[in-house]
Amino acid sequence: MGIIVKVDLCTGCESCVNECPFGAIEIKDDVAVIGDKCNLCGACVEACPVYAIEMTEEQAGAPAADLSAYQGLWIFAEQRVGKVAPVAYELLGEGRRLADALGTELSAVLMGAGLDAEAKALIEGGADRVYLVDDASLNEFHEDTYASVLSDLIEEYKPEIVLAGATSIGRAYIPMVATKVRTGLTADCTMLGVDLEKRMLLQTRPAFGGNIMATIVCPGHRPQMATIRPGVLKRAAADPARKGEVVKSVPRARLVSKSKLLEVIEEAGHSINISEAEVIVAGGRGMGGEKGFALLKDLADALGGVVGATRAAVDSGWMPYPHQIGQTGRTVSPKLYIACGISGAIQHLAGMQSSDVIVAINKDPNATIFNVADYGIVGDVFEVVPALIKKLRESRG
Amino acid sequence: MNIAVCVKQVPDASDVKIDKATGTMVRDGVPSILNPFDAYAVEEAIALKEKHGGNVTALTMGPPQAAEVLRHVVAMGVDDVMLLSDRAFAGADTWATSYTLGLGLKRLDNLDLVICGKQAIDGDTAQVGPGVAVNLGLPFVAYVRKVIEVGGGKMKVERLIEDGYEVVEVELPAVITVVKEINSPRMPSLKGKMKAKKLEVAPLSAADLGAILENIGLPGSPTKVVKVFSPPPKGKRETLVGTPDEQVSALVDRLAGIKVI
Repeated sequence: MGIIVKVDLCTGCESCVNECPFGAIEIKDDVAVIGDKCNLCGACVEACPVYAIEMTEEQAGAPAADLSAYQGLWIFAEQRVGKVAPVAYELLGEGRRLADALGTELSAVLMGAGLDAEAKALIEGGADRVYLVDDASLNEFHEDTYASVLSDLIEEYKPEIVLAGATSIGRAYIPMVATKVRTGLTADCTMLGVDLEKRMLLQTRPAFGGNIMATIVCPGHRPQMATIRPGVLKRAAADPARKGEVVKSVPRARLVSKSKLLEVIEEAGHSINISEAEVIVAGGRGMGGEKGFALLKDLADALGGVVGATRAAVDSGWMPYPHQIGQTGRTVSPKLYIACGISGAIQHLAGMQSSDVIVAINKDPNATIFNVADYGIVGDVFEVVPALIKKLRESRG
Repeated sequence: MNIAVCVKQVPDASDVKIDKATGTMVRDGVPSILNPFDAYAVEEAIALKEKHGGNVTALTMGPPQAAEVLRHVVAMGVDDVMLLSDRAFAGADTWATSYTLGLGLKRLDNLDLVICGKQAIDGDTAQVGPGVAVNLGLPFVAYVRKVIEVGGGKMKVERLIEDGYEVVEVELPAVITVVKEINSPRMPSLKGKMKAKKLEVAPLSAADLGAILENIGLPGSPTKVVKVFSPPPKGKRETLVGTPDEQVSALVDRLAGIKVI
């Protein structure tokens, strides 16, 4: 193990026991003992008031060859049906800031045919360069072909950092790329920073359902890779005067996927793209049934948003699974989240607490949801929600 | 159909409570369970075996006590298990975990399908399934919500995407990850429980797997956690009082004031 307890210094104060996210530390005979559950996160090292816990450095991963050969910050510009996803522009906004701090160039990787206008839009959104892999077989997403194209590009151009959206596409194939190019990848980050001296990307993400935050680095391998939750980074305003370069390439070999896309089925009625919605109106057990959710749909429509649901509501059959928000559903971070009749189970909070503004409406003043809310309304959802819809329609005139 | 399922032992999140004073998680006495997403993977594997014949093997990497989750899945109906356990595996990130599980999976002959849960609820990375696919050199399909049919060396599935579903056909052998919507995991049977009780789990070490030491555990992991902290307190926690009309007026004023609406 890479963490040692100095028995002569340890006072058995239990500070480390309380701090350990993995419950791996016990006090035996007044001394801390680190058990098998240890994940070497180092939380105990910082927690120890008497400096009795140390992380041994020689255990850390051996650095790869020449890190300085890797230059430039890349973002993966995901497209669906020829349209670049909003998260790509959020990545460009943050990427621009990080690239400028590091004194390096910002490039976007775009895959598919007929995307010249989208490439131009990426330059206007902040990219210095767009690597456009112009191949019609990339219009559709397939894990294997996307992974091989991006891995080949990384091996050829050696970027220092690669960022992608934590979308269903990004989270499906970016891990394959990181595995292939033998580097680290941090999933679903909500905050990025840089250590300028070491040129290290500081990747912060929630863990244990958002109960702790962890900052993760990739010291000895390049590129440093992360997927970023949609909606948490700010996009920059498009600048039509921005100049940049489009580097067109074709895949090294003819792309043949072992999977075939037969059909795309969009769900009727509700918009289910809740991951990228700016406003979400979510309901829980307190909505009582499908009628309650019809009310929420009216509120969502009045706000230009979409409807989400808790696990309890989905399990009761009131809303289909793609609307489920929380640990076993989707993770969202809209600008506005209105929680109606939701008590605030930890699994639900895990899926929505990175939202910008949270409003909670619940008749139980002690509901946990109020702890994470910016604005709380204690009241009956069947009175408050209709009043809110009415008020919103009035103010629109 | 020979199917392997990768499973993980995780702390039971439904038992996790928040200390209201400090805002941190209370972890004392939190029991370990089978990762909930893995239960869907196990169920799907058993259901496919019941339909097409064959064998289901469950693998896990973890400390010796992770044998408990293997007992649990045997009680559900899994045929064989493999425990990858060695102190040298400790501190593995998703890269090293994928590599290690890949070595275990390569020991299984004539594998048609590997099923993983979408993600584990302790790490929430969703990176090990795709990582395993690359280590095995197999095609991968993420977020499967339904297996439509299997036959002729292919499998047709529905997978969840942001705007709906895709129907995808993939050549076998393949690796898939599954979401909660795919099935309802069965309860362990009495017969299964008896089998699980008698189950002897012989752990495989790094040496047994022929693992390259630079690729496993902490030394094999490119990522390092440098800081763990409690999230900053969320929410202004302003309670809006009055009649429903007064409450919603106050709300609309505030939301308009911060330009959210």
